[in-house]
Amino acid sequence: MSTHAPKGVGHLRGDRPFPAAAKVALADPQLRRNLQHATTTIRGKSGRVIAELPDWQELRSAGSALKAYTMANLPRLLEQLEERVTAAGGVVHWAADAEEANRIVTELVAATGEKRVIKVKSMATQEIGLNEALEGAGITPVETDLAELIVQLGHDKPSHILVPAIHRNRSEIREIFLREMPGVDPALTDDPPELAGAARRYLRETFLSTKVAVSGANFGVAETGTLAVVESEGNGRMCLTLPDTLITVMGIEKVVPAWQDLEVFLQLLPRASTGERMNPYTSMWTGVTPGDGPQNFHLVLLDNGRTAVLADEVGRSALHCIRCSACLNVCPVYERTGGHAYGSVYPGPIGAVLSPQLTGVEDNASLPYASSLCGACFDACPVKIDIPSILVHLRNQAPHPRSEKTAMAAAAYTMDHPKLYERAQRAAKAAKLLGRRGRGLPPPLNGWAASRDLPEPPAETFRDWWRGR
Amino acid sequence: MSSKNLILRRIREALGENPSEPEVPRDYRRGEAPVDLDLLVERLVDYQAVVHRTADISGTIREIVGDGQVVVPPGVPDEWLAVRFIRDDGLSQDQIAAADGVVTAAAVAVVETGTVVLDAGEDQGRRILSLLPDLHICVLRADQVVASVPEAVARLTPGRPLTWISGPSATSDIELNRVEGVHGPRHLHIVLVQEAA
Ligand code: SF4
Repeated sequence: MSTHAPKGVGHLRGDRPFPAAAKVALADPQLRRNLQHATTTIRGKSGRVIAELPDWQELRSAGSALKAYTMANLPRLLEQLEERVTAAGGVVHWAADAEEANRIVTELVAATGEKRVIKVKSMATQEIGLNEALEGAGITPVETDLAELIVQLGHDKPSHILVPAIHRNRSEIREIFLREMPGVDPALTDDPPELAGAARRYLRETFLSTKVAVSGANFGVAETGTLAVVESEGNGRMCLTLPDTLITVMGIEKVVPAWQDLEVFLQLLPRASTGERMNPYTSMWTGVTPGDGPQNFHLVLLDNGRTAVLADEVGRSALHCIRCSACLNVCPVYERTGGHAYGSVYPGPIGAVLSPQLTGVEDNASLPYASSLCGACFDACPVKIDIPSILVHLRNQAPHPRSEKTAMAAAAYTMDHPKLYERAQRAAKAAKLLGRRGRGLPPPLNGWAASRDLPEPPAETFRDWWRGR
Repeated sequence: MSSKNLILRRIREALGENPSEPEVPRDYRRGEAPVDLDLLVERLVDYQAVVHRTADISGTIREIVGDGQVVVPPGVPDEWLAVRFIRDDGLSQDQIAAADGVVTAAAVAVVETGTVVLDAGEDQGRRILSLLPDLHICVLRADQVVASVPEAVARLTPGRPLTWISGPSATSDIELNRVEGVHGPRHLHIVLVQEAA
């Protein structure tokens, strides 16, 4: 029995196939500049702090094995988590899909009599379209992460797991604030500290007057019932501390077996993700603590297609993902198209394997082709998910137009063969100097590039960069 | 069927009879390692925290706070407080938010990452105390410092509310420029005490 994430709810399916969406993104030079700046900067920072750890590879191996161990023991670990959370004064709910999760959360909020909830950025709640469901029930969800706030006020979609508003520059953000933020000072400039200050003032008031919060979770420890949220801004701490009621929506794959296992993931996640030695804030809580923080705690355990992913022996390791976004930042395809082109809340290489598995491959048939198979994502992944192999595996499951298959296979072949790829990149550089896109490339890339915007050759190729770190 | 049973049954069917279960290799660095306080200071400063290495706790706090008023958790000793303060005996959100700062102790600190951890002990207080005021002064004893994350995890008690702090609140959401203090305290001062206080 495998049940995929249901249609008509949530954000796992784009309204058009990847190639069509990518075309739009590729025509936007501002977006490409922003993305390139972001991915290059984060890549550099991450490489530097990873190099500080002599045991990075050992940590990756431990993280990878821990995830495989977790999947193999998932029923036991989830029941243990439920038991520990309950013993600590929390209430655990199980949601088979997005619709059920939305219904549970909406009812919990309604039971408090509140009309507004504050939210910590969470992939799971975006995946299920919780904001839309709450709004449908007359409840206003307020995103409190600065980037998510920018996205929400801009009536927009996030474009990166980690920096969701990376497609907006400072003057656009200023305009959005002036237009949408109640009580904002009309003299606001586009200076980043001033913009952040405006958001701080606007949100403080909301934090202090809202009684219900909704969060995701990075980890849920089965052994102790402890949940952890990793963040930078402190809005997470606000949401996890100030309200009376906290509702946490967590995918079933986020459970970790033991307290001690946090020592692995707390080293892997920040360094791979933001390129920091540690993220500014990590909050951990276990059920309810009298006199400290929310006195009502609900944990919603979400399936929504995850068990279907688990049923595929090759693809199941996509569930090991700890949402660090390292694979996005090294992906030559993502760097050109940005997150929106993937049509799902999960963009980039991990999105290209996770989304089609959650929805069923038919519903996201073009995504397994949204990759050059260059292998950079596998090398970068802190839990060693072999994304290229899963991509190939999924391509074999999806019916696809022959022409595209051939073109993609040619590109994949080239990028799979280091010598050829490097030569192609050099040739591309030369072609660019001549001002002729794609022409003059060695076959088979010339055919491929004629209908596609060839990735702009980076000053330093990924392979050079990887060797150098 | 309840959703719980449905999900558990789906998982069991997905995994099949004997899902392969790997040994978890733990050959990353785990044991106790020597503590390098200079490196801790460097890492803290790297995250824009201000570090004071001193034996004079009250004088240092006074210097930072000046004429301002701080809130303090119940267990912070009087000797630290040569400043105006209100002790938390169930203060309201508004009272805490109105304070110029907060003074807390810490539970553990990690050299390698420049992190201090609060565990809501008597001298650290409710989580809200170190969250709302714009200035957080955290008094850290040298014997609370460990070298690495695994040592910190081993020292902490799961079940307590824990807050791991690495520098003040920060965001990089606007064109990747690091901006301090969107929500939490914008100023973090660490008072590192090397002699028994
Ligand atoms: S697949 Fe790996 S690299 Fe990509 S976001 Fe997930 S954990 Fe990070």
